[in-house]
Amino acid sequence: MAAEATPLISCRDLTKVYRMGTQDVYALRGVNVDFVQGEMTAIMGPSGSGKSTLMNLIGALDVPTSGELLIKGRPLSRLSRDELADLRNETIGFVFQQFNLLNRATALANVKLPLMYARTPVADPMARARECLEMVGLGARMDHRPMQLSGGQQQRVAIARALAGRPSILLADEPTGALDTKTSEEIMDLLTGLSSEGITVVLVTHEPEVAAYATRQIHFRDGQIERDERRAS
Amino acid sequence: MKIGVAFQSALEALISNPLRSFLTMLGIMIGVASVMAMMAISEGAAKQVDAQIAQLGASNLTIFPGASRGGPRSGGGASDQPFTESDVDQIKQEPFVTAVAARISGSVMVVSGEDNWSTSLQGTNTDYFVTQSLSTSEGRLFDTREASSGAAVAVIGKTVADALFEGTNPVGQTIRVNNVPVEVIGVLVTRGQSSGPGGDRDDIVIVPISTARNRILGGNATVARYVGSMEVGIADGYDMTTAQEQLETRMREIRRIAPGGTDDFRVFNIADFIRARSSTQATFGVLLAFTAAVSLIVGGVGVMNIMLVSVTERTREIGLRMAIGARGIDILGQFLAEALALCLLGGLIGSALGVGAAKFAAKVGEFPVEISPRIAIIAIGASALIGLFFGFFPARQAARLNPIEALRHE
Repeated sequence: MAAEATPLISCRDLTKVYRMGTQDVYALRGVNVDFVQGEMTAIMGPSGSGKSTLMNLIGALDVPTSGELLIKGRPLSRLSRDELADLRNETIGFVFQQFNLLNRATALANVKLPLMYARTPVADPMARARECLEMVGLGARMDHRPMQLSGGQQQRVAIARALAGRPSILLADEPTGALDTKTSEEIMDLLTGLSSEGITVVLVTHEPEVAAYATRQIHFRDGQIERDERRAS
Repeated sequence: MKIGVAFQSALEALISNPLRSFLTMLGIMIGVASVMAMMAISEGAAKQVDAQIAQLGASNLTIFPGASRGGPRSGGGASDQPFTESDVDQIKQEPFVTAVAARISGSVMVVSGEDNWSTSLQGTNTDYFVTQSLSTSEGRLFDTREASSGAAVAVIGKTVADALFEGTNPVGQTIRVNNVPVEVIGVLVTRGQSSGPGGDRDDIVIVPISTARNRILGGNATVARYVGSMEVGIADGYDMTTAQEQLETRMREIRRIAPGGTDDFRVFNIADFIRARSSTQATFGVLLAFTAAVSLIVGGVGVMNIMLVSVTERTREIGLRMAIGARGIDILGQFLAEALALCLLGGLIGSALGVGAAKFAAKVGEFPVEISPRIAIIAIGASALIGLFFGFFPARQAARLNPIEALRHE
């Protein structure tokens, strides 16, 4: 128990309500869940079950209606908009289904981008960006623009960008949603490898084959956790 | 994010859509170009006026006989009491007066051998050399003794010298002025064309006033020692308006004009006259520059319009930047840098075009233009301010986006 004394991410009674016209829609209803360092978790569930909402809250992109979220023990409700931006920059890496790369910039420039926003300047952003691209196996394509790369390669660039700021949390929202089976496997192997190096990976998916890579699976339904299963590793 | 990085990213964004960037800049370019051209033309006109004033003596007042009826006149009407040497001597007593040139002028025919030339004659005293800052390139000016004795000597302008002597030295030669023989003792340093009244300022023959009065032009039937007009040099730093008032008071005393009586003389400030004549010109120039400035503002509105479109188009990019850690101020800075870069670039190109347009206008329209770096700095600075002003609203719009909504934007 001592090893799990401070979970990396801790959700306390998280509730998120959206107003749709005159109706309140509950996206999350009092969710309590912790994530520890190095864990790889797949969040599953039908669309509208609240899994993406939870992702956005953990990613400090959105704020809960009630409840508290702690990252490394820091309650996010006490942070300002700018402090949340800094937290995203330093602690969290995002991987999106649609990659979200800047099409006019090279792979290298895309990976370098988060380092440009760092509050404590990175010594050599260019070198760090190169290192990250090599890590994802794109050392030979640094000067390519996204349009000159395949879907799988684009997603690797996105992963390299997420890694550039040495985050402790990697959030992946349907990272293989736009990729074929073989490429999906390569991307999942990459994420699994990162998790084994101590990065906490949380991914949202509705594909059981993808979820199978994770050591933990959480199933959502109607804004609540339906099932939380750890795989014996 | 550092400013340099913001500008680099701004330039990348602008280059990625070159046609749109160019069209957006066009408004600013045209605005700055027209401001530059109009200012150059209006400053050129102002500089020309200053040059005219300097040529005619900025610290001179001229006293003409006759009641004031507008412009300067070389002589009074028949009923006006003419000036005499006595008036000249009394005016010269005033402490703020440095020189009083007594003048009689007229048109004369000068002849040397077989060459003849029609020119204007100035009969005057040595103070005229002071008020007009004259000196000779050859020979000498006449002295006070020659001036008072009515010596038959003349100082001639370069144009007259060339017309009569064609390169040979005129000094020591005798010319006939209206058939009166006088000796040329000096040739004036060339003064060039006057853009104001008078035309060629080297087309002149200067003789002592008594020589002109007694032998060449003839005097006045009613008074002895007749003087046509007086050019009064005022001490450096002395207020010209005060000097003008004091001269008027003194002249009324000398000429015994009762309080309330009509002046039979006129103290005239040639600089004021030229300024008044050119003030309509200057107003026109300012009006044109103002119109050009309005087009600059319209260009700014165009920039704002395109920046708003750009923010909408790049909503996902903004969301992504926020997700990877950009603060609101970073996004604000990025879009502000884009607007600023657009306007600065437009301003620079516009300035170059404006200079070109002004030079073209100067060549075709044959009027002076003055392209000062000050105008360029003002024009480019104004376009930068317009970039900041009209870029701020779209940039703030971008900075205030919600990251989630921005990322979901299609």
